[in-house]
Amino acid sequence: MALLDGKKLLVTGVLMDSSIAFHVARLAQQEGAEVVLTSFGRTMKITQAIAKRLPTTPPVVELDVTDREHLDTLAERLGEHVDRLDGVLHSIGNAPPGAFNFMDAGWDDVAPALHTSAYSLKGLAAAALPLMSEGSAVVGLTFDAQFAWPVYDWMGVAKAAFESTSRYLARDLGPKGIRCNLVSAGPIRTTAAKSIPGFETFETVWGERAPLGWDIRDAEPAARACVALLSDWFPATTGEIVHVDGGVHAIGQ
Amino acid sequence: MAQTEQEILAGLAEIINEETGLEPSEVQPEKSFTEDLDIDSLSMMTIVVNAEEKFDVRIPDDDVKNLTTVGDAVSYIKGAQG
Repeated sequence: MALLDGKKLLVTGVLMDSSIAFHVARLAQQEGAEVVLTSFGRTMKITQAIAKRLPTTPPVVELDVTDREHLDTLAERLGEHVDRLDGVLHSIGNAPPGAFNFMDAGWDDVAPALHTSAYSLKGLAAAALPLMSEGSAVVGLTFDAQFAWPVYDWMGVAKAAFESTSRYLARDLGPKGIRCNLVSAGPIRTTAAKSIPGFETFETVWGERAPLGWDIRDAEPAARACVALLSDWFPATTGEIVHVDGGVHAIGQ
Repeated sequence: MAQTEQEILAGLAEIINEETGLEPSEVQPEKSFTEDLDIDSLSMMTIVVNAEEKFDVRIPDDDVKNLTTVGDAVSYIKGAQG
């Protein structure tokens, strides 16, 4: 029996085939899951084209997590493709360029970063909730928010809020038997990462600090962790952050 | 099957027309994607993904940034097709 046999999953954040979410969708299908993707606006066409590169081409449902109407109608629109959801992957983050300059950023830069990258976890989980039941799982992707990093700036603050949001979701969804966990991945050279000015700062340092080493081109380790957390093999784990970073989080300078 | 540069140019013009509405006749080898054709990064991503499908090649992101003109893209695709 495969890890996700019979599971029905909503996977956000598939843009290119370098996206972590693409690899989650691919592995999930290989492990027996039925997948629905989301995308929105001008990126819909890209996601639809990339979706064809998955083992089975999944439907793509429009979802901008900052759009109230999209969230309010999500469950109904998903109902055209699946009768329930056993898991939801949140792989969404965005911040205006100004948010990557900590001291100069204004609230106009910070507010959308927090909305899209942190609050959206609650928005997505609440929107999917009508289709979820006991045993379902929400999984999100973070970048270790315990530290102040070079260049990450207000996106780092947004990730701290995201991690806290996950703990509150674990509290409030736990009584329904729904888990919420995060994967804290090391830097991976995705389209999203490349849009961060100075991302290359991380590229060499990470591999040198990681006891297991780190390949910034390999999204599969993070994707595997997501698949594991979406499976039935973490039935008593919620509010957790699993580090998939080659071990960097455990090491001092 | 490998295509001629003319065939690749025509196919690329079709993809660009679909994404941006630009007339295929405007898509000439010497034209710069950004400066002459006014194609932004998101449209460029769409064009690249569609070109990968149409021409059965892979164009890694690191290479995309070196494709300044239409002619650069045609040569890259021709080379990738072998």
